[in-house]
Amino acid sequence: MMFATAMLSSQTAAVTADVALTGTGEWVANGFFYAMAVVAIVAALRMVTTKNVVHAALYLLVVLSAVAGTYIILGAEFAAATQILVYLGAIMVLLLFGVMLTRAKIGHESELDYQQRWLGALVAAGMLAVMSYSLWEAFGTDKLPVDQTPQRTQEVSDSIFSTYIVPFEALSVLLLAALIGAVVVARRD
Amino acid sequence: MSTMVGTLFGAEFAYWQTSGFRLLMAFVAVLLPAGGTVYLYLFKMVSFMQSRLGPMEAGPYGTLQLVAELGKNVQKEDIIPAQADVFVFKAAPYVVLISTFLLVLVVPFGPDAVFADFDTGIFFALAVSSVSVIGILMAGWASASKYSLLGGLRAAGQLIAYELPLVLAVVGVVIQAGTLSVQGIVTSQAEGEIFGWGGVGNPFFLTQLVGFFIFMVAVQAELTQSPFDMPIAESELVAGYMTEYSGFRFLMFFIGEFATANIFAFLAASLFLGGWSLPPFVADALFADGNFSPWMNLVGPAVMGGKMLLLTFVIYWVRFTYPRFREDQLQSFAWKFLIPLALANIAVTGLLKVVF
Repeated sequence: MMFATAMLSSQTAAVTADVALTGTGEWVANGFFYAMAVVAIVAALRMVTTKNVVHAALYLLVVLSAVAGTYIILGAEFAAATQILVYLGAIMVLLLFGVMLTRAKIGHESELDYQQRWLGALVAAGMLAVMSYSLWEAFGTDKLPVDQTPQRTQEVSDSIFSTYIVPFEALSVLLLAALIGAVVVARRD
Repeated sequence: MSTMVGTLFGAEFAYWQTSGFRLLMAFVAVLLPAGGTVYLYLFKMVSFMQSRLGPMEAGPYGTLQLVAELGKNVQKEDIIPAQADVFVFKAAPYVVLISTFLLVLVVPFGPDAVFADFDTGIFFALAVSSVSVIGILMAGWASASKYSLLGGLRAAGQLIAYELPLVLAVVGVVIQAGTLSVQGIVTSQAEGEIFGWGGVGNPFFLTQLVGFFIFMVAVQAELTQSPFDMPIAESELVAGYMTEYSGFRFLMFFIGEFATANIFAFLAASLFLGGWSLPPFVADALFADGNFSPWMNLVGPAVMGGKMLLLTFVIYWVRFTYPRFREDQLQSFAWKFLIPLALANIAVTGLLKVVF
């Protein structure tokens, strides 16, 4: 009769209550983070080096899943579920759908290569520099608390519909415009 | 107390004990209902509906037929087509099964008998249910067969179309319960009152009848069961994305399909039929704390099982009753009927929530 009685919150509470366990919690969180990061980086590299377009899409899928895993480690359940629903369940499925309908050859495609790779590398390096600088400026050596309780969905919705209401509405209008634009471009009758 | 995170009837359990127990129970919650309903409904009930006996040789009334099927599939050769993309071909059934196992995580079976009490429970469930499409697309593409590819593409188009009504049907329930957590939705039904009378709680199928209908139709389509079985239409596509699979990998697709049917039935029971809770007048008569007594952790799974059997019966009944949709009918049914209906349901629910 060992019915599990603990909930997520009580687990984290137990972890913080005991000083001896805090180190373990930090170690576990860091371990998972690095595992996810390594998976994401390796899959991202394979995504741009593979010569098969479906394999590239599947590697992108692994990257996005690893990012969703990172969100869960950070206690952002809502962001993780949204990541899975939107990127994995919708965008990647549509991308795979399109690729498979049009140019899905099994095996390698030698023509699938971008000749201006140095330009691409330059852009990527510039992006890395800008993002590293801004993240370093914003957070510096700040450390995340180990006893992250999962963020309540109510907090997320409260902040979206009060503090960030203007960007939210602007994004909605932008997406609607994109949707209508796509329909207009697609059917010219 | 530091390492003891779980208590039940005074006994305390360490974190690794509760986690291990949860892992074990997740396998039980996926495989036991799948096996049970396949025998009970797919083998026997459907046979009786079609005036035949079904399996009778293996064990009394064919009860050991499942063991025979398992043995048959495990010992078959694992055939991989020569032109196939081997890794993707092999990985596809696992992706489908992962989606099934992630889905069961959010289903509560009692006041404390939860795998993970996600605050975003139902949202998470709908998100991971869409991962199975990726496995189906992988299978369809990697098989290097026209039937498989067409089946995979049909499945993707269908699952994208019916995911929207599925999500929108749940929104009505979420508005009424005021929470995304599946446990919270069950609790609000158990504590609910109908015009001040709490004798049977307030199961949401009374107020969300339209949502319940849309949810069950969308579930039928998500499972690619008849009348929505275009992706595996045997008269046109052999077996769709499963055509090239044999032996154990076919068995994994098979388990994935029927286990997902049960888990969606569990979810529908939690959302619309009150989940693990008994009607409060029954629970109050049985236990001191009513639905929130620790004993409900033992009664809850049985209650869920009963509700699951009821809903799975409806799924199989529809499956073996209606003929297949045509592809364009299938799409226009989703986009022109179910989605507008679901949006109207959300609008009405939101309006009534504000008024009352």
